[in-house]
Amino acid sequence: MSSSKITSKIPEGNLEQKWSKYRSTVPLVNPANKRSIEIIVVGSGLAGASAASTLAELGYKVKVFCFQDSARRAHSIAAQGGINAAKNYQNDGDSVYRLFYDTIKGGDYRAREANVYRLAEVSTNIIDQSVASGVPFAREYGGLLSNRSFGGTQVQRTFYAAGQTGQQLLLGAYSGLQRQVGMGAVQMFARHEMLDVVNIDGVCRGIIARDLVSGKLERHFGHAVLLCTGGYGNVFFLSTNAMGSNVTAAWKAHKKGAMFANPCFTQIHPTCIPVSGDHQSKLTLMSESLRNDGRIWVPKRKEDAEAIRAGKLNPNQLKEEERDYYLERRYPAFGNLVPRDVASRAAKERCDAGFGVNKTGEAVYLDFAFNMKYKYGKIEATKKGISNPTEEQLKSLGHEVIKEKYGNLFDMYQQITGVNPYENPMMIYPAVHYTMGGLWVDYNLMTTVPGLYALGEANFSDHGANRLGASALMQGLADGYFVIPYTIGAYLNNEIRTKAISTDHEAFVAAEKAVQDRIDRFLSIKGSKSVDYFHKKLGKIMWDNCGMARNETGLKEAIEAIKALRNEFWNDVRVPGAANELNPELEKAGRVADFLELGELMCLDALKRNESCGGHFREEYQTEEGEALRDDENFKYVAAWEMLELGNWELNKEDLIYDNIKIAQRSYK
Amino acid sequence: MSEQNINVTLKVWRQRNSQSKGGFETYPLNDVSTDMSFLEMFDVLNEKLIQEGKDPVAFDHDCREGICGMCSMFINGRPHGPKQAVTTCQLHMRSFKNGETIVVEPWRAKPFPVIKDLVVDRSAFDRIISAGGFISVNTGNAQDANAIPIAKDNADESFAAAACIGCGACVAACKNASAMLFVSAKVSQLALLPQGQPERKQRVMDMVAQMDNEGFGACTNTGACSAECPKEISLTNIARMNRDFLAAEMTAK
Repeated sequence: MSSSKITSKIPEGNLEQKWSKYRSTVPLVNPANKRSIEIIVVGSGLAGASAASTLAELGYKVKVFCFQDSARRAHSIAAQGGINAAKNYQNDGDSVYRLFYDTIKGGDYRAREANVYRLAEVSTNIIDQSVASGVPFAREYGGLLSNRSFGGTQVQRTFYAAGQTGQQLLLGAYSGLQRQVGMGAVQMFARHEMLDVVNIDGVCRGIIARDLVSGKLERHFGHAVLLCTGGYGNVFFLSTNAMGSNVTAAWKAHKKGAMFANPCFTQIHPTCIPVSGDHQSKLTLMSESLRNDGRIWVPKRKEDAEAIRAGKLNPNQLKEEERDYYLERRYPAFGNLVPRDVASRAAKERCDAGFGVNKTGEAVYLDFAFNMKYKYGKIEATKKGISNPTEEQLKSLGHEVIKEKYGNLFDMYQQITGVNPYENPMMIYPAVHYTMGGLWVDYNLMTTVPGLYALGEANFSDHGANRLGASALMQGLADGYFVIPYTIGAYLNNEIRTKAISTDHEAFVAAEKAVQDRIDRFLSIKGSKSVDYFHKKLGKIMWDNCGMARNETGLKEAIEAIKALRNEFWNDVRVPGAANELNPELEKAGRVADFLELGELMCLDALKRNESCGGHFREEYQTEEGEALRDDENFKYVAAWEMLELGNWELNKEDLIYDNIKIAQRSYK
Repeated sequence: MSEQNINVTLKVWRQRNSQSKGGFETYPLNDVSTDMSFLEMFDVLNEKLIQEGKDPVAFDHDCREGICGMCSMFINGRPHGPKQAVTTCQLHMRSFKNGETIVVEPWRAKPFPVIKDLVVDRSAFDRIISAGGFISVNTGNAQDANAIPIAKDNADESFAAAACIGCGACVAACKNASAMLFVSAKVSQLALLPQGQPERKQRVMDMVAQMDNEGFGACTNTGACSAECPKEISLTNIARMNRDFLAAEMTAK
C-alpha cells in the first residue's frame, strides 16, 4: 500500500486514454483570469524555458529566474546526442507503446507507467514544435529528418543536430522565451539565485531570490512556483554537470515540505573523458551517439594492459583477436548499445580486474577504426566506384564520414586530451551525469507542497532507476511544452480568487531573514579552508561509497563521514568578500552547504533500498553473472522522503503498479 | 601527450565593480600542469588568493565544455586566447610556454559594461534576440515535422549559423565593437529555413535596430570577429544579413 501522505493522482481508465481524457477534462482558467495569475519559473533550461514561454502564450504573468547571465546558458545546452520521439519515420517498428516499453524497461521497472506513457505520447509533438520554431535538426538528402540509435533500444528514433542537440533545442526554447520577454509577458531575472520558497498556510506563495550582482535579497509572489532547476550530480564534485548546477532550489523546497524521491538513483554515464589529475574541475561527456560507431574494448591479456599503461605498447598494434570487446561478448543482442548503467558497470568490472588502459588504470577504449574503414569507408568506396580499395583509402574515405557525424566531439576530445581520436582510440571512463531522483511529484507535476511544481530533471517521475540516452531532452520539453500548461489548470482554477499577496506578509519577511542570517553566518566563520576543499571531500565520499557500486558498510560509514564533514564546514569554511557584491565564493558556499545535507539523504536512500536496480547497484544483491538483482516483492516502490529535521527523514512509499507491462528480469543479452 | 608543469606570470584585470576604476594585478603561478584547462588554472589561482586572505578573481564560466558561451576572457590580446576555434574553458595550459606572461582582461566594449574583474554584462544580446530572433509560433501550432522537406545544404548551413554560442568574442575582437556576426548568425539561421520566411524582413530590421540602440559599432569588414569566433561562424552570414536588410528596407511599407 502506498503511504497515505502521497497520492499520485493518476487518472482512471486505459493507459492509452488516460492522458487524452484527462487533458480534455482538466479544469481550465479563462483568459481574463489568466492575466491576473502570476507564475514563477525557476531555471531556464529546456523545462523552464518551454514552460515559461508556453504559459506566457496562454496569458499568465510569468517571472523567470536563472543564476547564469542569460537564459540561454542553462545546462540543457550541453546535451549532445539527441532527443527521442516515437515518430517511426524510419519505418522500423517504433510506436508510442515501444518507446514507453523501452523507457520503463530501461528504468529497470522503477518508473510510473502513466507518466511514461504520456511522455511517449507527447514526444512526437516536441519534434514538430521544435522544427516549427527553427531548430535545424540533421536531415537526409531528400530533405527529411535524420535519425540515429541510442542505448537500450533497437529502433532509430533519436533526432539530432550534430553533437549539439541540446544547444539547438535550448536555443529554440530560449528564442520563444525571449519573444515573450520582448512582449512583456515574461519578466526575466538573470543573475538571480532562488534561495528559499515561501509557504503561507501550507501553500507555496513565492520565493526569496538573491540578485547576484548587487547581493540584494528580493521577495517575489507567485500563485504557483515551478522549479525547473535540473539535477544534483554535482554532489559528487566531479560530474558532467556545469559548474553552477546545484540542488539548492530543490533542497530548499524539500526543507519546506516537498518530499524528495529516490535520491540515490544516479546515472553514471559510461563514455566520459577520464580524470587527468587533482586539478580537475569537471568531467566531459563523449556522447552516447558515439556508441553507434565506436566499439568498446580492453586488451584480452593483462600484460598488454600493463604495457599500454606504462606507455610501452600502442593499442593500434593489438590485433583483433587480442582485444576483448567485452560488451559485444557479454550482451550480443544489444552489444555496444546496452543501457548506460550496464555499460558503466561493465567498464568498472574490467578496470577493477586490471585491464584498464590509462595511467590511472581507469579507462577503456572507444574505437572507431573498424567502422571508419569497413562500414563507412566501404560505402564511400562503392559510391565512388573504387573497386578493391586499399586500407589507407578506406580509412581516409571513412574519416570524412566520421568527421561529419561527430566532428565537434572529436575536436573536443583532442582539445582536452591532446590526443587525435581519428588516429588513436578514444579513452573513456564512466562519470556522474544525471540524477533520476528528484522532488516527488504527482501526475500533475505538483510536489507535496500545493502550488509548488517540479519539472524536468528536477523531478523524479519518468526515468525510474536508469534513464535511457536522448530521453532527458524529451522529458524536459514534454513537461514544459505539453504537460504543465494543461495540468496547472487543475490547481489554478481554484486560485482565481486569490489576490496577489503582499511581499510584506510576515512569511516573506521571515523567509528573507532566514536567508540573510545564513549568508551572514557563511561570511562570519572566517575559517581556514575554501568551499572547494569541502566540496572535493564530499565528492570523494559520495563517489567511493554511493557511486557505481554501493554496500551497507560503506554507506553507513559515508553517512557518518558526511555528518563530520558538515560540522567541519560550518566551523572552518572561509568565504571571502561581502554579501552586497558579486561574490562567487558565497554562491558556492550556499550550494555546497546544501549538497552536504543531500549527500546524507542519498546514502540513506541507497542503504534502505536492499536491492540492485538500474544505476543503483548494491554489491550484496547481484546475480552470479554480476547483473543487478532486483527485488520486486519488497522494493517495487518509489521512496519519497519527508524531512522531519536534518538527519531525520521519514520514508513514504508509493507502490508502482504495472498493469500494461509484464515486469521481468531486464536482459540485454 | 606528455604532461609537464610550467611556471607562468598572470597579469589580470581587477575591478571591484562597474563604478570603480580597474587595473592590472600581477600573480606568479608555479607548477601549473599542462593538462589543466585555463579556467582550472584560475581555480588554482583563486584557491591561493583565498588562502592568502585576498579576494579571488571573479570570472564567468559554467559548462566548461565549450558550449554554454559563458566564459569570456581576453587572453594576450585575443578573445578566448591563442587557439583557433576554442573557448577559454577548452583552452589548455599546454598552449603556453614555461615562463610566459599571460595578460587576462574582460571583454572590452561599451555595450558590455564590466560588472566585476573579468565579468561583463552581455544582456544586450538577449535584448537583440527579444527584438526578433525567433519564429512566432505558439506551442501547439506546429504541423508534422516532416511536412516541409528542407534541402540538406540549407539545413546544414542554417545549423552552422545556429552553432553560435552568444559568448560575445566577436564584439570583443572587433575594433568597432560591432555585433554584426552575432546578429547575422541568428538572422541567417532563420532566413535559411522555410519556417523563417514569413517574418524574414521584419526580423532583420528589428534586430538591426535593437543592435544599433544597444550602442554596438558599425561593421567595416575586417573579419576579426569570424577569425576569433570559437565556433567559426562565417562572415558569409554578415553578407546575407546586409542583403536581407537592404531588401527589407527598400521594400518596407
